[in-house]
Amino acid sequence: MDILIYGTINSISLALMALGFALVYGISRVANFAHGALYVVTGFLTWSLFRGAGLNYALSIVLAMAFTGVIGALIFQLFLIRVRGMAISEIIASYAIGLAILEGFRWGGFKGMTYTLPPFMEGSILLAGIPVDYHRILVVAIGFGVVGFLWAFTHFTRIGLALRGMAQDERAALMLGIDSDFMAVVAMAFGSMLAGLAAVVLLPLGNIVVGKGYDVLIQAIAVCIVGGLGSWIGAVVAAFIIGFAQILTVVWWGAHFQMVVALLAIIFTLVLRPSGLFGRQKELEERV
Amino acid sequence: MSDEQRRKERLDRGIKVRADSLYAMMSWRELAYLTVPRLLLIVGILVIPFLMPSMYWQRVISVVCIYALLALSFDLLAHFVGLVSLGGAFFIGTGGYISAILNTSLGIPPLVAIPLAAVLGAVVCTVLLLPCLPLRGVYFAIVTLMYPLVLARIIEALDILGGTDGILGVESFPNRWVEQYFVIAMVLLFLFGLRRLVNTDLGLVLRAVKDNDQAVKASGMSISLFKALAVFIASVMGCLGGACIVHIYMWSGISLFALDFSILPIAATVIGGGGTLVGPVLGCFILVPVSELLREFGTLRIVAYSLILMAFVVFRSEGIMNYGQRKYHQFERWVKV
Repeated sequence: MDILIYGTINSISLALMALGFALVYGISRVANFAHGALYVVTGFLTWSLFRGAGLNYALSIVLAMAFTGVIGALIFQLFLIRVRGMAISEIIASYAIGLAILEGFRWGGFKGMTYTLPPFMEGSILLAGIPVDYHRILVVAIGFGVVGFLWAFTHFTRIGLALRGMAQDERAALMLGIDSDFMAVVAMAFGSMLAGLAAVVLLPLGNIVVGKGYDVLIQAIAVCIVGGLGSWIGAVVAAFIIGFAQILTVVWWGAHFQMVVALLAIIFTLVLRPSGLFGRQKELEERV
Repeated sequence: MSDEQRRKERLDRGIKVRADSLYAMMSWRELAYLTVPRLLLIVGILVIPFLMPSMYWQRVISVVCIYALLALSFDLLAHFVGLVSLGGAFFIGTGGYISAILNTSLGIPPLVAIPLAAVLGAVVCTVLLLPCLPLRGVYFAIVTLMYPLVLARIIEALDILGGTDGILGVESFPNRWVEQYFVIAMVLLFLFGLRRLVNTDLGLVLRAVKDNDQAVKASGMSISLFKALAVFIASVMGCLGGACIVHIYMWSGISLFALDFSILPIAATVIGGGGTLVGPVLGCFILVPVSELLREFGTLRIVAYSLILMAFVVFRSEGIMNYGQRKYHQFERWVKV
């Protein structure tokens, strides 16, 4: 039973981490390797606004997410847009940016155990005999909320429909008057905000440390690749698969293996079926 | 202000000197034109250990050469075979651990253990990478990025091969001159060896694999075989570097799988100019000392070289050597219009 409950919570957390990455890749085809860095940026921004500047918690969360969105848009507009379409350069450039941000934080003294955010609600509840704190229940609720919101956003709003059009066929979208560069910037800002959302929701469960940036990036990549790059339903399903696999290995073998599961999932999926579970089959582009 | 206008005219030098062949023997001048840059490089690298002010900086030169080996292997795979490998640390780690085990468990002296580890490690790397070889572009890049991470985590989780402490008590080189000139000789050997290799028929096929693998397949050649061969050559270089670094630091641990070994060679290749083979070596000679100078600022050096890398990828993707070669092969003069 506790496997079921904590597996679900872990899966939802993974889905939250990965949705931003999946969104950016699905629309602008830029594999945003600065994703983990943006996650940590939001954490530290929230911390400085809340603890440093003494703002209201809710207000500092909203401000931090907005800032992260702007940072993401700027990264894309200033740098990544110039290498769009050159997949390897995109990866190297965005990874370098992420590395610079993360190691910059480490150099700037943001390390150690002192950086924590308070949970949204204190206390815990007994679920089928297992104590679960309110914050983790909120994580699950927010996770479902975000997935539902994304679905509605991409099916019923103008920008959402335009983004989907871009993801499906960029040239046709261009002919229908959708500005692809602008839409990619929007997608990047949106994806960064999702990374920020994941950060403010998940970081109260632990400390804010620079190393988390790398872990989040790896887990986001794992979820997106297993689910199929660019497919959102795939990402959610894959989050559940990896989430439960991680909890099971932690229960059976020990906590060290949590990341190994994610890494092995990436390698095996890419070797056996590069499109992932729900990716559209484009065999020739991926492998010979 | 005069109304006469000028423009810069660029002319390529005669085909004879650029052709790099027997015609260059025509005159001393043309011979010098071809050999001087090469001699400059060779003599420069050979003299450098004498110019270093302290033991510390001599050690830095050895590390530069190890990064140069890695960068060469990255350049070969990325620009001549089309396999962008982000996992330089994988080669370093495999070679390093094998050499450390050979030395500590079997008592093989370093100068024998290193070549042995290079070949054995290359076999291991090639076998482990075999299933990924059909992958292209981004997918291969992501897989190779994950390999060193997964190996490091497995060593950590299973607590094998010394776990987080690493393997201690690895024997060092007989003395520091042997250490330096061994790595320098290896860099020169592989640099000029690869330059020859890519101009042979094998090199032609490898470039064909990069440009149009379907055509290679249609010609009845096995792509996987050639890719595996290229990966083997590249991992020999990487594992050699790893084996050397283990004997230089007399220690082998998880930090051999660190990101430094994956990122810095790529940065060096991008700065030096991809596809030239000399460029990556020069890039290492620029980047590694800069990063050493910044060492006292801690992780700021990673920030510095990732920003340099990003700037070069985005704004100047040509690199120094490609630019330099173009200028070297051209006359420039102002002409009246």
